[in-house]
Amino acid sequence: MSQVLLSVENVGRTFGGFKALDGVTADFEQNKVTAVIGPNGAGKSTFFNVLSGVLAPSSGRISYKGRNITGTPQHRFTHLGIARSYQITNIFPLLTVHENVRVAAQALRTRYNIWSHRDRLKELDEKADAALNAVGLHGRRHDVAKFLAHGQQRALEIAVALVADPRLLLLDEPTAGMGPEETKDMVALIERLAAERTILLVEHKMKMILGLSDRILVLHHGKLIADGSPQQIQSDPEVRRVYLGQSHGYA
Amino acid sequence: MSDINPISSLASAERTPTTIPIAGGSRLQLAKWRVPLSILALCLLPWLLPSKALAVNVLIYGVVCVGYNLLFGYTGLLSFGHAAFFGTGAYVTGIAIVHFGLPWYAAVFFGVICGGLLALVIGALSIRTRGIYFSMVTLALAQLVYYVALQASNWTGGENGLRGFTVRKINIFGAHINFLDPIQKYYVLMAFAALALWFVSRILNSPFGAVIEAIRENETRARACGYNIERAKLLSFTLSGMICALAGTLSAMHLAIVPLDSLHYQTSGMIVMMTLLGGAGSFFGPFIGALVFLLMEDVFSIWTSHWQIIVGSVFILFVLFLPKGIWGTLLAWRMRK
Repeated sequence: MSQVLLSVENVGRTFGGFKALDGVTADFEQNKVTAVIGPNGAGKSTFFNVLSGVLAPSSGRISYKGRNITGTPQHRFTHLGIARSYQITNIFPLLTVHENVRVAAQALRTRYNIWSHRDRLKELDEKADAALNAVGLHGRRHDVAKFLAHGQQRALEIAVALVADPRLLLLDEPTAGMGPEETKDMVALIERLAAERTILLVEHKMKMILGLSDRILVLHHGKLIADGSPQQIQSDPEVRRVYLGQSHGYA
Repeated sequence: MSDINPISSLASAERTPTTIPIAGGSRLQLAKWRVPLSILALCLLPWLLPSKALAVNVLIYGVVCVGYNLLFGYTGLLSFGHAAFFGTGAYVTGIAIVHFGLPWYAAVFFGVICGGLLALVIGALSIRTRGIYFSMVTLALAQLVYYVALQASNWTGGENGLRGFTVRKINIFGAHINFLDPIQKYYVLMAFAALALWFVSRILNSPFGAVIEAIRENETRARACGYNIERAKLLSFTLSGMICALAGTLSAMHLAIVPLDSLHYQTSGMIVMMTLLGGAGSFFGPFIGALVFLLMEDVFSIWTSHWQIIVGSVFILFVLFLPKGIWGTLLAWRMRK
């Protein structure tokens, strides 16, 4: 049996009077891929922001490795072992590919040191190279990040998250804006990462989700309306009504 | 992470011609020598400029801008209140000599420390806000310091500025230096400027230097990487304030008077303009900016008492057409070659 890595209990988040998340409860086991789906405005992004510490939940409790992490500031999350990518590519555009990953690796090593020499931290170079190898970007390590193709920038963002060696990886629409070839590569990458990490992803591409996920959560109006294996979700009449029925365009 | 199979198309996709040759080469070479080269340039400065007085001013304002550049150019925070630290450094130095009879080196020390403490306080208050709000909060708090100095006239001399101290002779390790000789004075002050340059270069080369760069490039991502953004910004703000305070202490020793204007927001604005003219985020740019600004002031004020109109127009042209400033543009041009 797998162990529970992350546990979400009755978590809610309101913006003014609007309930973006409403009493969501779920446990996430180690080394499983879970997809979060739902129509636009269902609360997927809010859910991810709460899980990655960007937003504190208005109610409920989040525990990670059995420890209550509700309300922990966002910058602590990476140190706990939770890293994320963003829906809109979020990298350091003017740094080189290697510098992007290296500065992310440095966060776990040293942060306020003004006396030593940053280039002497050789182990950061090795970590960065390993992460770039894992996403297949090693050949472009000296290029300035903003000049990469879109798919490569997405891969870079995953390398930036990956270099912290997280146990839990939150991927917000990792294939957004990608063509079929790039999407195929990204799926292969996620499958490789899933061997030793717990992955949560938000996605719209149904075919991809059904092939990739061990489990699917369906959000609608901030509520968790379904939670099960891809087969269960596909045959769930409620899900078909609110989501799958409308998604021919995506699938 | 041991998997080395590159994803085919992600890895090999069209190698765009837009690739910039970062090849360690020229950029790193220049960066390695930037402190000695900058100090060399400062050594030559009094012999290249028409007057020694101008050289000292370039030196002092150059140091302020170097301090400001750490926050604005490298951390990406636009403060409109850095005159507060410059002025505080100057006033504390003057007060230490006038009211407490301290020797000059102790006065410099307290000037830098007090400027740093003030930066810690103003930084802690202003860093809670972002963008234009951050600029406005720093401006407001700096003006608060200005009015405190204006009111506390027993200590600061109020509107007349602080007078009544002159550093005539100083001893450094047994060497007697006549501070009234402009050249000897210049090189003493330059030693402090060299120290500031070395210190800033040190910071930029340190792991913390990578952190502030990351914050400037993308604050959200830097936070997600696990950096405490507020704390890093506060550290950068404080270090920046200390260097500006050092420039203030140099100014007090040089002028033997602390004008109230040194705390005024016009001084803050001038610091921003000089830094932008020279090139925010470039190492030597601040000195170029100070030089060009002061030269423009000297030349245009001969023609008209409204010289600021011309300087302002030049500044606008720079913001529109040369946003990297003089030195920044030259560096970019050199890298492209």
